[in-house]
Amino acid sequence: MIGYLLRRMLGAIPLLLGILTIIFFIIHLAPGDPTARFFSPQVSPEVIEQMRHNLGLDQPLHIQYLKWMKSFLTGDFGYSLGQGRPISEIMPEVLWNTLQLTLVSLVIIFVVGMLIGIVQAVRQYSVADNVLTVLALFFYSMPTFWFALMLSLIFALKASQWGWPVVLPSSGMATVGTEWLGRGAILRDRLLHLILPATALGIGTAAGVARYMRGAMLEVIHQDFIRTARAKGLSERTVIFKHALRNAMIPIITLLGLYLPFLLSGAVLVETIFAWPGMGSTVVNAIFQRDYPLVMATSFVIAVIVVLGNLLSDVLYAVVDPRIRAE
Amino acid sequence: MLASPVPESLPPAPLPVADDGGFPTDRGGRAWGGAAALVLSWGFLLALLFLSYRRIGATLAGPRVPVDFWVALASLALMVALAAWVTWRVLRRPPAGGRKRGDSQWAIAGRHFRRNRLAMAGLVVMIVLYALTLLTPLLAPYGPADMGTVASSGGLGPSLHHWFGTDKFGRDILSRVLYGSRISLSIGFIAVAISMSLGTLVGALAGYYGGWVDSALMRFTDMMLSFPRLVLLIVVIALFESSIWLVVLVLGLTGWMGTARIVRGEVLSLREREFIQAARALGMEDGRIIFRHIIPNTLAPVIVSATLGIGQTILTEASLSFLGLGVRPPTPSWGNMIADGRDALTQAWWISTFPGLAIVFTVIAFNLLGDGLRDALDPRLRT
Repeated sequence: MIGYLLRRMLGAIPLLLGILTIIFFIIHLAPGDPTARFFSPQVSPEVIEQMRHNLGLDQPLHIQYLKWMKSFLTGDFGYSLGQGRPISEIMPEVLWNTLQLTLVSLVIIFVVGMLIGIVQAVRQYSVADNVLTVLALFFYSMPTFWFALMLSLIFALKASQWGWPVVLPSSGMATVGTEWLGRGAILRDRLLHLILPATALGIGTAAGVARYMRGAMLEVIHQDFIRTARAKGLSERTVIFKHALRNAMIPIITLLGLYLPFLLSGAVLVETIFAWPGMGSTVVNAIFQRDYPLVMATSFVIAVIVVLGNLLSDVLYAVVDPRIRAE
Repeated sequence: MLASPVPESLPPAPLPVADDGGFPTDRGGRAWGGAAALVLSWGFLLALLFLSYRRIGATLAGPRVPVDFWVALASLALMVALAAWVTWRVLRRPPAGGRKRGDSQWAIAGRHFRRNRLAMAGLVVMIVLYALTLLTPLLAPYGPADMGTVASSGGLGPSLHHWFGTDKFGRDILSRVLYGSRISLSIGFIAVAISMSLGTLVGALAGYYGGWVDSALMRFTDMMLSFPRLVLLIVVIALFESSIWLVVLVLGLTGWMGTARIVRGEVLSLREREFIQAARALGMEDGRIIFRHIIPNTLAPVIVSATLGIGQTILTEASLSFLGLGVRPPTPSWGNMIADGRDALTQAWWISTFPGLAIVFTVIAFNLLGDGLRDALDPRLRT
């Protein structure tokens, strides 16, 4: 087990180096460099030349490449041009905000998706199965950003117009003034703010999980050991949730690693719409401000999260399925 | 040994042959469905001709006929010809039991596909969508940039004059949704063509040569997979000068990884098969073996992932346009129309809602089609 873990972690290192290389070449293929924003008749070419020298842009490409690798690997992401502060200061807070959103929607995805998949598999070809299949297809085919807009239209904007008892907040992470309240109130406020973004982010993926879960459960339910379990006289609940679910979960766990890039792509849109100050809205704002260091740092951190997520799902897979470890 | 009452020289009784290529179907139901489809398409074409002949005349008499109008006229002519040809073939079809088709893999898959009602619905929706897109200049009640008198025509709700309402400039949402379908459908098609070719090539090379070629290509594929697609797209499009062609190209260059993996898996098993060994023994070049013998045999999963990929690409393009990085505003695209309606969401819900529904139905059609194709093309999934 330890050996397997170590091998997987060693395999991730060249992957991360490669990702850094891709990011480096994308910047250097792009026309212009960071000094381009200072070009103007008032700035003499010598000053620009001095800037290029200070930033190390006049050095040969391979030297720049090695320096860039070194600074990124030591956690020095440089200085954000748009926000005017070091990126190593910005990164932890936006990372934590995105993780809150992503983790809550991961919970929604797996709980809702798996429950729906189980219901569909247990009642195969029933009305409920057909209705849920159509619904899953609908949510699976829906653009995340459109669903997010519709959610905020109905549950935030129209809800207050129509005088619904509960109006969900549709922007930001906290109501103004909550910081004066107690811990419980802050937590409650944060959860309220999480409902709409996490739902918008999770629903499409949950529909995908439901489709997989239905297939995986159906495959397991028709196997002999389930018939044996029923023949032993176990209750249906034990059969489904203990014997069938555990075996059907194995392929679902790999989905965790597979869906992480989709979730983070979705987070870019959802965070922009709900003004959630995380990695996604940071990267979009940084692009509109031409803040290249921040763009590169954010996309690198996002790629690292994806690689770590894949690693985690590999490890989980090895934990639940002993056959994998032997290879 | 007992004497058999039947002399051995007698020919065996002929086996009962079903008239549909040996595949029992309810012929009656399908014939009626086909007839209804034929009548409907004739009705649609005639109604279109009747409603738009004045517009055709006016535009042709005008000073300048736009290119898309010629395309629409040509597609209309083609559709009428196609409908006439199908009708003619149906009417003079020889009675059942006449000509027999061979049973190729594709014919079998086709029969399975035709029995899958949901997949057929997806196919019909897709055909109708492409027809609508081609015929848009004849169909759209208004031009994509016609504003009317902005004061009295802006921000109207859905009504008989404007089925989907108008936006704040008085532009008709229905017409803009129709014109926007061009962008979505053609970008989806071209980008997927690029990514499928690239993915097939990478997968075939990796699987066929193995060794260091395989490890290098597959590590690169893993790297590309570690970037969330949207983030990579945003970064590239923001750094370079944005245009529709860049969007198409980058969408194509970021969508090939899944296909490459699938094709590699197929090629790994194909490589060991006898017909490839025979081709090698005949002294064929690697290039010829790959392109003539290996790639055609990996087409089935590629077609499936292409169909599903078009849906995903349409979603991604809409997201980019929504963020303001894809198709730029005067040109209507479903993504930037939704972004347009975002500011006036409470006063004019229809501006964002209808383009969104258009995306949903298009993507559902492609997903249904892709699922149906997978069930039909994969022998293990046939029911």
